[in-house]
Amino acid sequence: MLAPYPRLRAVLLRCAQAIPVVIGVVVISFLLTRALPGDPAVYFAGIMADEASIEETRIAMGLDKPLPQQFLIYVGELLRGDLGMSLSSGRPVATDLANRLPASLELTLTALLLACAIAIPMGVMAATRSGTWIDHLCRVVVTAGVSLPTFFTGILLIFVFYYLLGIAPAPLGRLDFIYIEPDHVTGFYLIDAALMGDWETWRGAAKQLILPAGTLALFTLAPIARMTRAAMLTALSSDFIRTARAAGLSGRKVLYAYAFRNALLPVVTTLGMVFSFALGANVLVEKVFAWPGIGSYAVEALVVSDYAAVQGFVLAMALLFVLLNLVIDLLYTAIDPRIGFDAK
Amino acid sequence: MTDAPLPTPRSSGWTHLVFVLRDNPVTLLAFTLFAFLIFCAVLGPSVVPYDPLETNASKSLQPPSWEHWFGTDQIGRDVFSRVIVATRLDLSISVAAVALSFVVGSVLGGIAGYWGGWLDAVLNRCLDTIMAFPLFVLAMGIVAALGNTIENIIYATAIINMPFYARLVRAEVNIRRDAGFARAAKLSGNSDLRVLACHIFPNALPPMMVQVSLNLGWAILNAAGLSFIGLGVRPPTPEWGIMVAEGANFIVSGEWWLAVFPGLWLMLAVFTFNLLGDGLRDIVDPRKRS
Repeated sequence: MLAPYPRLRAVLLRCAQAIPVVIGVVVISFLLTRALPGDPAVYFAGIMADEASIEETRIAMGLDKPLPQQFLIYVGELLRGDLGMSLSSGRPVATDLANRLPASLELTLTALLLACAIAIPMGVMAATRSGTWIDHLCRVVVTAGVSLPTFFTGILLIFVFYYLLGIAPAPLGRLDFIYIEPDHVTGFYLIDAALMGDWETWRGAAKQLILPAGTLALFTLAPIARMTRAAMLTALSSDFIRTARAAGLSGRKVLYAYAFRNALLPVVTTLGMVFSFALGANVLVEKVFAWPGIGSYAVEALVVSDYAAVQGFVLAMALLFVLLNLVIDLLYTAIDPRIGFDAK
Repeated sequence: MTDAPLPTPRSSGWTHLVFVLRDNPVTLLAFTLFAFLIFCAVLGPSVVPYDPLETNASKSLQPPSWEHWFGTDQIGRDVFSRVIVATRLDLSISVAAVALSFVVGSVLGGIAGYWGGWLDAVLNRCLDTIMAFPLFVLAMGIVAALGNTIENIIYATAIINMPFYARLVRAEVNIRRDAGFARAAKLSGNSDLRVLACHIFPNALPPMMVQVSLNLGWAILNAAGLSFIGLGVRPPTPEWGIMVAEGANFIVSGEWWLAVFPGLWLMLAVFTFNLLGDGLRDIVDPRKRS
């Protein structure tokens, strides 16, 4: 039916492949909610509970039912967007997460864009000019990037730019208290402030964002740069480049239209792995910079053993990761010149 | 190309090792640093100048000096002693976690690669599901669900590392399943299990060792990250992640030595294992040398 539209078919196929992954993610997060130390009912009934109220909680939570039925109830609640109540904030976990998600997304996406903007040109330059200072710089950055713990990089940056140089604002959240929060449209302060035309606030928000985003970018830079360099080297040494050169195409055209376009494919594939690291590192960076995102929410919840909040966070992060991977793969179908002619 | 394991005489391996080390001073450096870390882990507690838990209120927050190389913390504990003593705990956590994922990953990957079929399909689905989580976040969730102890940090780190080993072993076993030497071993009356464990699996060991070394660095980072956000190790136990977390409160007022030295040490350990992994790869598989 879709045979005349191979690209559309590939896109739909890829979307369908995400479904079993989502089911797997939901099963694991269900198992995590049921694997609480000891009896979840005892925990949720509180420390003052007696036998009767524990039993009451057990029935209220549906823990007396068989496991498959509990799973169905859990899925039903998920579909209604119910992730349980947070003990520490007293609000539904889903509301808390939705309120804090834009902050995390703004941080992570800025960092990833920053990392790509630096790492891809750096990798290309390192591959085309191997042996020069830029190649060495690339190697140093790549090695340092994978060895540096994100939380430590963040602290170092705070020390240098806030304490020593005094050019960065205090690492306390998204916006200094002297600014007024922009109206809530997207929840991204940079976009919201720009929409309002309030450039003063925009600058304030950007200033707060630059250090945490830089920390995260430094961490994600390494794998992207390494992969770009390797992919470019492979592409440049392949036969079709030799043919293109022999045919008399300009060096620029060979480099960007032929080599780079092909080298981009493995790089885009690596981005999936990079996202996994970035979302994990996000938690640490948010803690260091007191960034009010879902990562620091989960850390606060962990400290007071607020399990529903932590599990909601894990599930939200996993779904976000699945979604990001899906976007990456769709991007891949868009840039891969071979798909469209002989799509599987 | 034959896949049969070549009988390598011990002396030639040794010559090769010496050659690689002489050729690549970075690998030599990695081995030296590794030996130093092992030394700290084994003998650290008995050679440090101060008791890592001993407080001294009159000497709180002192900058590095001859007396206290890395300075002292807010209750007068010697940061140098704490950093060195912490080596043992941090290395044990990561070694235990990597060993666990090595064993479990090898068994699962070996079974899936050798017998294939539905076992293989099920295992692959499970691994895909684990990999569908951002791994550090999954580790947080596991520790939160199982309880906040050091053992659970080890289990969580092992679970998130396991897919890498299982996939590697599965691939290595799968390509040799029908190789000549494996068939010969089977024909001469060895059981499937024996062929798998004694004839095929050893071939996967070289790439596994590289993976182990690269993974150890990552495991240390993960464990330190978990304790940085308050999971697993509790104060006052000396541990790098916790020390950085505690020191972070003082960095904005300029007491940098509290966080910087444990952080540097952590970095040194991760760096060592990464270099070691690259070096081992050169020794094991010269073709992949970058």
